[in-house]
Amino acid sequence: MGIRNFFDRIEPHFINGGKYEKFFPIYEMVESFLYTPKTVTKVAPHARSYVDMKRIMTYVVIATIPCILIGLYNVGFQTNTAMEVHSSSGWRIWLLDLLGVGFNPDNPIANFLHGLLYFLPIYIVTLVVGGIWEVIFATVRGHEVNEGFLVTSMLYALILPPSAPLWQVALGISFGVVIGKEVFGGTGKNFLNPALTGRAFLYFAYPAQMSGETIWTPVDGFSGATALSVSASDGFSELAARGIDWTSAFIGTIQGSIGETSTLACLIGLSFLLITKIANWRLVVGCLGGMIGFSLLLNWVGSDSNPMFAMPWYWHLVTGGFAFGLAFMVTEPVSASHTNVGRYIYGALIGFMVVMIRVINPAFPEGMMLAILFGNVFAPLIDYFVVQANIKRRAKRNA
Amino acid sequence: MAQTPKELILDPMVDNNPITLQVLGICSALAVTSSLQVAFVMALAVTAVTAFASMFISMIRNQIPGSIRIIVQMVIIASLVIVVDQVLKAYAFEISKTLSVFVGLIITNCIVMGRAEAFAMKNPPVASFIDGIGNGLGYGLILMLVGVIRELFGSGSLFGVTILETVNNGGWYVPNGLLLLPPSAFFVIGLLIWAFRAWKPEQVEERDYKIQVVEEH
Repeated sequence: MGIRNFFDRIEPHFINGGKYEKFFPIYEMVESFLYTPKTVTKVAPHARSYVDMKRIMTYVVIATIPCILIGLYNVGFQTNTAMEVHSSSGWRIWLLDLLGVGFNPDNPIANFLHGLLYFLPIYIVTLVVGGIWEVIFATVRGHEVNEGFLVTSMLYALILPPSAPLWQVALGISFGVVIGKEVFGGTGKNFLNPALTGRAFLYFAYPAQMSGETIWTPVDGFSGATALSVSASDGFSELAARGIDWTSAFIGTIQGSIGETSTLACLIGLSFLLITKIANWRLVVGCLGGMIGFSLLLNWVGSDSNPMFAMPWYWHLVTGGFAFGLAFMVTEPVSASHTNVGRYIYGALIGFMVVMIRVINPAFPEGMMLAILFGNVFAPLIDYFVVQANIKRRAKRNA
Repeated sequence: MAQTPKELILDPMVDNNPITLQVLGICSALAVTSSLQVAFVMALAVTAVTAFASMFISMIRNQIPGSIRIIVQMVIIASLVIVVDQVLKAYAFEISKTLSVFVGLIITNCIVMGRAEAFAMKNPPVASFIDGIGNGLGYGLILMLVGVIRELFGSGSLFGVTILETVNNGGWYVPNGLLLLPPSAFFVIGLLIWAFRAWKPEQVEERDYKIQVVEEH
């Protein structure tokens, strides 16, 4: 137990009165990352669930692994496919040439490595910049740096397009961590999802680099629209003509942000979260119900001018960020509603808003990000009314 | 209430700023700050209206019946706003078009009404006039700060003069489109309030509640 001894030896410097007591949050971060937190409960209730925050956050990171793997493969696959027509250069090409893996889109390892070279810089910048903000706030405000940031940074990196400029990545995560979380007091007090807050900031601040047809595959001259923007501009039936069938959209070999294309991977992650009870199933049921219900209604209403009305629910499920948002963001316990009835309403509100924005609002082809942020804002209000209704019902019963 | 003219001018700048401490006049601060020139004209207009409205209301404060004082105040404020609007249309037509309804909406700006109720009704005309100038300038100060941030980083210029050459014009700066949208002023004003309160901790409000600490080392 060399490391444990090391921690025990240096701990006195960091606790109250020590030389470096200001840096206690940093010490605590490293120590509790490696070992069980040494916290003890001070006041009742002393009974504690073994599912503490550390475990919850770690499980969410584990649940994103399928998305990461398929996402990396897909980024490389799209890039290598595009490179058969358009030439590309840069340090990634140089490095891949050096390793001799080639650029054959049929070679999974070549695809995976190529995707990794796009994902890693984004993820490292996210971790470093966001981590610096976390440590600054933890040191000044005296709270802990915890594993929650690992979740935020992973989700944030996965919902960016692979061609995102790194300085924008840094700006976005700064906004997400500071405005989305730390100004409200840090982990557990954020009413918005920090990763989505950062992504929304980038979406509105730099629309040229965050939306359009040229950003999803980082090859100059290549243009590939996402399934949703094809449906929004040319009609839902155009998808088949572009070679996008339901299976490829489900498995995730389509244009999109790094980690969100594969519905299959998202559903694997979601099942893991549901089985471990990190995610609340009521949120998932509500969200799916809202989405399916409203899209069926729009199918039935129909429209001559807007082809998106005809998009069936199983296409809404596999396109854009719906599955990713459903698995990792709707189910985020802090920003969701906290009452059981509220969870159905909250989920349904998001499901409804996604379809609403996708189909009826011509300005945004994708609606999951805005729908979840919208739901986040309403979650406390939903809880308030659920609690009030409960109080009234019980008052009547006992009157 | 014996404040010197200097205090009346300086107090609303930082210590009792109408926007950052009292959080009044937010709507126009959101709407007109995407360009510095427009923000500057708006600040001047609000300063003029607040100062003269406070002065005139203070002159007749002993004659106004308490039950209809708000209506009387509104009549004076509205007349002054119309004067300002006409002056702008005559001498600065382009800016007047950009400001559009927001000049008219000075009538509903809480700062004007707030100073009339809180200060002019209880103080002599000269002091009220100076108080109006001070609050107008305090409002203007925040407007200019927000305007500088939004125009500089949103379009790369200040007062329409290019400072950061944008990519579209062959430069290097990628303008931040969010800052040109009105909601961005919420963030900027929020961050300014944060900065002011970090600088002057006595402005920080008391907490409504404290979250209980259950776990500790």
